[in-house]
Amino acid sequence: MREVFYSKAVNEALDEELSRDSSVIMIGEDIGCYGGAFGVSKGLWEKYGAERIWETPISEGSITGIAVGAAMMGMKPVLEIMFMDFVALALDQMMNSAGKLHYMYGEQVTVPMVLRTPGGAKGGYGPSHSQMLSNLFVGIPGLKVVAPSTPKQVKGLLKSAIRDPNPVVFIENKRLYPQKGEIPEGEYLLPLDKAEVLSEGTDITLISYSSMTPVCLAVKNALQPHGINLEVVDLVSLQPLDTDTIFASVRKTGRVIIVEEACLTGGVAGEVSALIAEHCLDSLEAPVIRVGAADAPIPSSLDLEKFVLPQADDIVQAVKRIREWA
Amino acid sequence: MQLSTDQLLDFYHLMVKIRSFEETLGSLFSKGLLGGTSHFCIGQEASAVGVVQGVRDTDWLVSNHRGHGHLLARRLNVYRVMAELLGRETGYCFGRGGSQHMCSMDEHFLGTNGITGGGIPIAAGAALALKCQKSDSIVVVFFGDGASNQGTFHETLNIASLWKLPIMFVCENNLYGMSNPVKRSVAGGGKVAPRAAGYAIPAQTLEGRDVELVWKATREAAERIRNGGGPELLELMTYRLCGHSKSEPRVYRTREEEDQMAKLDPLATFPKRLLELGCTQEQIDDAANSARKMVEDATQKALQDEPGDRHVALSGVFAEEEVSK
Ligand SMILES: Cc1ncc(C[n+]2csc(CCOP(=O)(O)OP(=O)(O)O)c2C)c(N)n1
Ligand SMILES: [Mg+2]
Repeated sequence: MREVFYSKAVNEALDEELSRDSSVIMIGEDIGCYGGAFGVSKGLWEKYGAERIWETPISEGSITGIAVGAAMMGMKPVLEIMFMDFVALALDQMMNSAGKLHYMYGEQVTVPMVLRTPGGAKGGYGPSHSQMLSNLFVGIPGLKVVAPSTPKQVKGLLKSAIRDPNPVVFIENKRLYPQKGEIPEGEYLLPLDKAEVLSEGTDITLISYSSMTPVCLAVKNALQPHGINLEVVDLVSLQPLDTDTIFASVRKTGRVIIVEEACLTGGVAGEVSALIAEHCLDSLEAPVIRVGAADAPIPSSLDLEKFVLPQADDIVQAVKRIREWA
Repeated sequence: MQLSTDQLLDFYHLMVKIRSFEETLGSLFSKGLLGGTSHFCIGQEASAVGVVQGVRDTDWLVSNHRGHGHLLARRLNVYRVMAELLGRETGYCFGRGGSQHMCSMDEHFLGTNGITGGGIPIAAGAALALKCQKSDSIVVVFFGDGASNQGTFHETLNIASLWKLPIMFVCENNLYGMSNPVKRSVAGGGKVAPRAAGYAIPAQTLEGRDVELVWKATREAAERIRNGGGPELLELMTYRLCGHSKSEPRVYRTREEEDQMAKLDPLATFPKRLLELGCTQEQIDDAANSARKMVEDATQKALQDEPGDRHVALSGVFAEEEVSK
């Protein structure tokens, strides 16, 4: 094991896959000598050259289509969309092409592309640079959606995403880039469709993904001395959902809080809670509680931002409420 | 290179096949045998045949919503194209795709596309793949005057030019995007070719109803592109002698205009040209009759086929393994 930053783990995955398979190419804005807006692709352009690292003009709608077309023809494009908010411009090609082509073209083509994008707020970036838009993608058939929370996950999953024959929306997180974690030595792959129990517990299940997972782990540590034993389940994959792992934890604890950085309405947490209601009602000792962003744009002011985004204290309050159910 | 009379007769055969296919669809619609909608290319057969026959069979085609001409000009199996439109499992895409979402990788046909302007960047991506793979094939993408108002058109021309992609942009300018005339949608007089200058892409505007002219221009452009000359754009002036889709009433244009345009119908003018070039009336009739017969037989056969079952409807969303080229 060794400790690396989340951003470095992404970089290592890209580097390893670029070197392993010449059909892997990168497409994106400012991914050349600049190394990407968050420095994630640093060094790759120098190492692999402009014939593998395709730095593009600012044209999200078309570079997404270009990734689709290249993937149909046997390349494995890794597309970077600089901020997740900008996927609005890429959505047509993701929704009407990437997700549909294999099916609608009678399985004659595959679209083995990855759309990497950092979601979530980093603090003060404001309404157009802060959203977690996981909810946009989980309702589009034909797309796989993963949102890793640790350096170990992000490296193993990105390598799997690149090798997967399907389009994968790979949600990174600006707040996670500078966080450190242990990753295995040598090459490893992780499955795209599995949740991970990051910390076992007995009393209440906290389900989360991406940037909210470290927050949930911190809440667990804070409440442990008070005799509250939380289990933290990281969804990792948002489409498909690993219902086996989710349900097993719910059946163990009987109490569930689902935490996400996206808006509460129409989000992944709502989907997970509906599944729990459908399949685990007998095991529930309290209503499922969701903690997420308010249904509001994300303000620039750091002081205002914390009223909109879910905070550790919101999770603590949810734990209190769920314990009040006898 | 000159076209032989055999080739010219073959072009005519293909053009009649396309016309007859569209007319057959029209009657299937009126009999209630076809669902949804469909965009016919009646009047635009020459641009489809001239371009598709002007490139190699190994060059890749990307089409749009008005794609039956492109499909048949590439000689896809008429029966399977018809079966796809009729929603039968024997269609190219098991009936999942239909008119606007049909593909045949074996015939290097990367697909029709229901999103106006949606195929343009996909075609550039395919061209990027060919460039990475050091292939000597090129990509041809068809789109309309209306699509040239989409951002994808402008973004993709810019990128294709910067990257010198092996791609030919073919705009079939039929003077309307649905009901919207080019004079009110394409700024600067309704022509698309001048837009290419902004992206340093050579472009020409040609009479798109002249199959020989289209064929020749396509061939020449294709060779320049193949030799690394970078993208080019052909704007082919044409007119659809039918409604935008199915049998809409065409309230946005006059019957007088249509009558004028009907005089330029390539299926009316081309037989005269063939006679001038020394073909016999019998040869011309044979080319047309064999085309109509193919469509008729294909339709009868496809009508007998069964639609897919629940499994066809619900499977194939995700791939187990890569099937790309
Ligand atoms: C994104 C999108 N917008 C609108 C439509 C509806 N629509 C289908 S075809 C069409 C007109 C396209 O015009 P043009 O590109 O000139 O092609 P033509 O139909 O004339 O062949 C429109 C508006 C669509 N299919 N996709
Ligand atoms: Mg038009």
